[in-house]
Amino acid sequence: MNSRHDGFDICVVGAGPAGMAAAVHGAESGARVVLIDASESIGGQFWRHRGDVLSPPSLYHDADRFQSLAVRVEALVRGRRLTHLRNHHVWTLSASSEGCLVRSLDRGGTGQPAETSVVSRRLVLATGAFDRQIPFPGWDLPGVIAIGGLQALLKGSGVVAGPRVVVAGTGPFIVAAAAGLVSQGGHVIRIHDANHPRNWAWHARAVVSAADKLREASEYAAILGNSRVPISHRSMVITAEGTDRLERVTTAKLRPDGSVRPGTEHTVDADVLAVGWGFVAQLELPIAAGCEIGAARDGSPVTIVDRDQRTTNDVVFAAGELTGIGGAALASVEGAIAGIAAAGSLGIANDSLLGRVPAFERKRTSGRRFASALDDVYPVPAAWPGVLTDETVICRCEEVSYAEVKQAVTLGAHDVRTAKLLSRAGMGWCQGRMCSFALERILPDPKRAVPDVRSGLERAIAWPVSLGSLASDPEVPPCEQHA
Amino acid sequence: MMASFTFDGHPITFEPDQTVGAALFSAGLTSLRTTRRRGKPRGMFCGIGVCFDCLVVVDGTPSQRACLVPAASGLDVRTQVGSGFDELST
Repeated sequence: MNSRHDGFDICVVGAGPAGMAAAVHGAESGARVVLIDASESIGGQFWRHRGDVLSPPSLYHDADRFQSLAVRVEALVRGRRLTHLRNHHVWTLSASSEGCLVRSLDRGGTGQPAETSVVSRRLVLATGAFDRQIPFPGWDLPGVIAIGGLQALLKGSGVVAGPRVVVAGTGPFIVAAAAGLVSQGGHVIRIHDANHPRNWAWHARAVVSAADKLREASEYAAILGNSRVPISHRSMVITAEGTDRLERVTTAKLRPDGSVRPGTEHTVDADVLAVGWGFVAQLELPIAAGCEIGAARDGSPVTIVDRDQRTTNDVVFAAGELTGIGGAALASVEGAIAGIAAAGSLGIANDSLLGRVPAFERKRTSGRRFASALDDVYPVPAAWPGVLTDETVICRCEEVSYAEVKQAVTLGAHDVRTAKLLSRAGMGWCQGRMCSFALERILPDPKRAVPDVRSGLERAIAWPVSLGSLASDPEVPPCEQHA
Repeated sequence: MMASFTFDGHPITFEPDQTVGAALFSAGLTSLRTTRRRGKPRGMFCGIGVCFDCLVVVDGTPSQRACLVPAASGLDVRTQVGSGFDELST
């Protein structure tokens, strides 16, 4: 069954910190806004929760920010100034000055998902990010999970993974997730971070302007210290082993270039291994909308936006992790700017909100400075492919081994797209989300100036849908212009 | 009595607002399917609906992401073998 919602000024896709802020500021400016999101509850991954409140509070940072945005969302929905479509999975969209059409599947009911179309004059994309992964032998074993998955189990379902957990990868999020698990009674054997926080010494300016981040970090350190969770720096997982599920994890110390220091291998018994190497932005929708994609400092692909968070497609704005990985506080500030600017581009404005824009812009500047320092301090070690064996699975969906990827390279594949066509890596269910980053780093092309992740992300359909949904015709005429 | 669904015929209890995947993980059941090509066990990986590794058969419909399907009383959840349509292969 098809349903259609039209007559909106702004459609916001994603109800995390950026999308909530965009919807609230767009609607409070006076625009008719629809907020469309895949989850039952607002909050996104960062504020994922059960029921109506963030509980237990100790698991959440920035809970005040969530509460204040959630109260405003609720008031706007009650006042019919904001429409919230929950459980709607957006699978494709188009956007031009003729109008924006967003197609989604409503998975909220029982039985087959229902096709839903939304028509608006502007789009704000705020689809967030997921954990960046790099392959290693055994990473496909049950019991090896993404660090974000470990936290989703905890925040979304109250499940404390275990009993014996090893946490590995790099960056502040693995420490935050480990601290969350321990605070709820979990047992973390050890945290392995491939980098060293000492590198922060080079980024004093970024740190000073982000005092709240320092406070947050010291809280995690206290939780982990009290629970006697040891942290090894410059250390990474090199293999996970087990018969039908994870049984053992082997780690090793790293040299400065990120290669394994021989003789430092250490094996422990474990039930769960949670890994994460930063985040990858969900760029399918900005790419589908024709927005220009650029590279962040560490080479990750990001949506290019101007001062108003406007993309290179005039009717499309982007906020949050799509424009560079930077965390929830930065995302919500970018969302606020995007919501106000999207309304403003239609001649809709609220003076008191406009007056707050300079303050938002200052917060955005310091947030971005901190984010780019994070990229510098917590890179994926360049030498990581050294842990791969010929049998290691690179593409989990299509079960393509490292040997098969190397064979594709021998046959002439020097970019992600050709490697995909020759080896099937990136061609499965997840559409390359898990392996594109790794694949791009494995391929040898010294001439490549800009990372080639985009060619692994370009897809007409953002998520697998049934042939029935593809065949259904939304019969949507170009959007009426409300001048 | 706690609400429950079944996994390969065995009762699995769950709490309100849990997903099928979370209830199974909590019960120590990490292996949810076998792969199409090599018949290897797989389970929940990304936990947020992105990786499609936790595919199970729910009430006869294959390829449902366990990490997204809300747990509900009486669901018949089964290990997915290969594509979930192996009986159709020739």
